Amino acid sequence: MPSEQSEKPKIVFWQGNEVVAQAAVAAGCRFFGGYPITPSSEVASVMSEMMPQVGGTFMQMEDEIAAMGAIIGASLAGVKSCTATSGPGFSLKMEHIGYACMAEVPCVVVNVMRGGPSTGLPTALGQSDVMQARWGTHGDHATIALAPAYHREIYLSTIKCFNYAEKYRLPVMLLIDEVLGHMSEGMTIPDPSEYEIVDRVKATVPPEEYLPYDTAYGDVPPMASYFEGYRFHVTGLNHGANGFPTTNPEYCNSEEIRMVRKVMKDADKLAEFEEYHLNDAEIVIFAYGSTARSAKMAVDKARKEGIRAGLFRALTIWPFPEKQVYELSQRAKAFVVPEVNLGQMILEVERVAKREMPIVGVNKAGGVPISPFEILDKIKEVNKNG
Amino acid sequence: MAKAPVDYLYYMRAEKLPHMWCPGCGVGVLVKAIIAAIDDMGWDKNDIAFVSGIGCTSRAPGYMDMNTLHTTHGRALTFATGIKMAQPTKHVIVISGDGDATAIGGNHFIHACRRNIDITLIVNNNNIYGMTGGQFSPTTPYGARAATTPYGNIDPAFDLVELAKGAGATYVARGSVDNGRMLQKFVRGGLNHHGFSVIEALTNCHTQFGRRNKMADPIKMIEWISSRVVSNTKAKKMTPEELKGKILTGVMHTDTERPEYCDEYAHLVEWVQSKKAK
Repeated sequence: MPSEQSEKPKIVFWQGNEVVAQAAVAAGCRFFGGYPITPSSEVASVMSEMMPQVGGTFMQMEDEIAAMGAIIGASLAGVKSCTATSGPGFSLKMEHIGYACMAEVPCVVVNVMRGGPSTGLPTALGQSDVMQARWGTHGDHATIALAPAYHREIYLSTIKCFNYAEKYRLPVMLLIDEVLGHMSEGMTIPDPSEYEIVDRVKATVPPEEYLPYDTAYGDVPPMASYFEGYRFHVTGLNHGANGFPTTNPEYCNSEEIRMVRKVMKDADKLAEFEEYHLNDAEIVIFAYGSTARSAKMAVDKARKEGIRAGLFRALTIWPFPEKQVYELSQRAKAFVVPEVNLGQMILEVERVAKREMPIVGVNKAGGVPISPFEILDKIKEVNKNG
Repeated sequence: MAKAPVDYLYYMRAEKLPHMWCPGCGVGVLVKAIIAAIDDMGWDKNDIAFVSGIGCTSRAPGYMDMNTLHTTHGRALTFATGIKMAQPTKHVIVISGDGDATAIGGNHFIHACRRNIDITLIVNNNNIYGMTGGQFSPTTPYGARAATTPYGNIDPAFDLVELAKGAGATYVARGSVDNGRMLQKFVRGGLNHHGFSVIEALTNCHTQFGRRNKMADPIKMIEWISSRVVSNTKAKKMTPEELKGKILTGVMHTDTERPEYCDEYAHLVEWVQSKKAK
């Protein structure tokens, strides 16, 4: 009989970066390809310790591009894989992020955001890669990116990223930031009963009938792994259902559309968010990541002063939660969008709101967090003017 | 007993032929040598991943009936490394051009050599970027004309063999397309070698290199290659004066002492897990 003691959930006190690594292992990741870069390096350190323990592979590659190439190769060989990076490393990975989009190879890219552009602020906070996560690689493509705010949520989000990668066959982004990555926070390790593990849909047809990009099964084609007898071709060129290059304009166009549609048609299902005091909110704070922690406190303080403020905290930032933000825009008087950049996600709020209303940012790009008081000041200002 | 002739089409996707290379391109000789070497090894084609980057040479995997991967420019070895580490018992072959392997892929090249991972890299060295229109590469000879050296090339060329040796590859050979049998032998040596092997194949691009350097037909270019190469055994009997301007061919370097990377990693895993069990 297990004692009462052992049934108590175990409390751990981990850095956000360690949470990512632990969760990746729980998600079934068995290949990590990395390159040292601040402030994400602890993900690699923990992975280098854990991967041999679970029979997986840890590789420190010669550069960021190589790390991204290696995880794509491992995934094609049937192993769930991920990499972690920051700032300039994220820029370098863009070439192969595009490859994984085009070749539809499941993998996870963790970006612990720091200040930029260029080398920028290696050891300080930034949220300025959110648009790069969406549009950083060239060409049209869909993006799934999660931006959790709490350590336990980072754990569950990491697992979700692997699940989405497998389900939709694309590189999925986990965006945390320097504050979350380096901050330690107590949490209980989620029990496996709290989450599901999704594996890619495998090819079941006989090898001679297999088409690696067969859309007869829907927008996400079943995927064979290398060395299973299927002997298929993969290329970063536009390709036909058989995987071989094509320049047929109609086909290329329809495939580009399919690869975006496979994600966007599920945008509503993918949209995850937290609503805080939104029922009667006149001023809605749109926030994500570590900044959402400050925003929550700002809402509490505003409420104490009699201002009807609320928080919409987006966990899924890509696809952008259009429907939810649109609905809020129809009943709120104003949006306040705090972000540690000069105003990126605010552009999406503006795009989606589709009506004349104050949509104001609280922006800092100097590497330090936005305090609850700075957000509160903006709420008060908007309230006074409104 | 004489060996059965190689059934080349068995290893190829016949429906993808004819190929996209220019008539007379040396890459055909190289691909033939690779297939014959694979046949020699007796490998199951289901167990082979054939990986490439970008360029004329990198179109080769598309014609091969294996697990094939056409990646990004210069970076085939990074994907190949992921595949090999994920499935260490399988065979991974990379084919690359000179620009692909030594310019944009130079970093990946030296680090794959350094790790000594059991992958065979075959470099089709035609001294030029063919697909993009004949720009000079890191192996274009000094003084040669290219689309981007209209006044002659002033860039020094890499010696691929020395580069591979220096970076730690444990089987390094150089052949040329004027001797397909020899190439086959070297590729087989690379496939058979447990560690990172590099086979350089000197080849002709009469379309982009030859046309700009008074050798606009394949025969002229192959004669030019023949006039430049000397086997390393023959070279031993030649004077420094006679060897001036010559390129040595043969198995240039072997090392069976250095540990192979997948083995090293497997030992590490075994050790960590035994420690954990205690």
